[in-house]
Amino acid sequence: MMNRLTDAMNFQAQALTLRAERQRLLASNIANADTPGYQSKDMDFAKALRAATSPAAGTDSNQTLTQRTQSALQSSLSAMTSMDSNTVDMDRERASFADNTVKYEASLRFLNGSIRTMLDAMKSPNAA
Amino acid sequence: MSMFSIFHISGSAVSAQSQRLNAVASNMANADTVAGPDGQAYKARQVVFQSVLAQNGTDQTDVGVQVVGVQENQTPGRRVHDPSHQLADADGYVTYSNVNSVEEMVNMISASRSYQNNLEVMGTAKSLLLKTLQMGQG
Repeated sequence: MMNRLTDAMNFQAQALTLRAERQRLLASNIANADTPGYQSKDMDFAKALRAATSPAAGTDSNQTLTQRTQSALQSSLSAMTSMDSNTVDMDRERASFADNTVKYEASLRFLNGSIRTMLDAMKSPNAA
Repeated sequence: MSMFSIFHISGSAVSAQSQRLNAVASNMANADTVAGPDGQAYKARQVVFQSVLAQNGTDQTDVGVQVVGVQENQTPGRRVHDPSHQLADADGYVTYSNVNSVEEMVNMISASRSYQNNLEVMGTAKSLLLKTLQMGQG
């Protein structure tokens, strides 16, 4: 019964967790912008979300989220590499970071909306 | 909670960048130092960065930064012919430090930009976490 109440939020909840993961990846890239030899990493978000929300993902619960997102990880190809073979492109990382921030907030708002809808539905008609 | 480790990652980067700024400050301060009685002038220092797995180390994506060492620049210092100088050698030359001020200024700007970038990352992560804490409240 509880499942049916929260099923609608599952998708946005997964999206939110994955956005947090990507935010962390981008933070690592920005932190290592001056580290020699560091290879910049990014997540194929669509692929990761599909893997996380597919029916098969639910059955294999002992696999952590991070293990599941591992497959969607890719090193981003840089337009130019520096002489210390660091592939962090700061402009692109900052753009991705801003983009991910906005999309994280969007997921959060969708989730808040579903929660509010559910709470409103639970309210007694006399209370309002 | 995965977002909390952003503070470890960016925090390590901020600390590493401030060590780099420290090295730049020492170099700039000693840009005009001449060789002392031992004949060795000040040598420019550079910090060496290395990526390190933050915190528990189980997660391969939590990559912070650490300073693994300080390297001294071994190029010979600038030699100026000035026989009247009290530290001049037998040939009348004074050895100055090998600090290149232009290089150090560039290094300083780069370090301060990276420092600001990481601070901003932490600020964004903080505001996102605060908004997440208020989930369902309004």
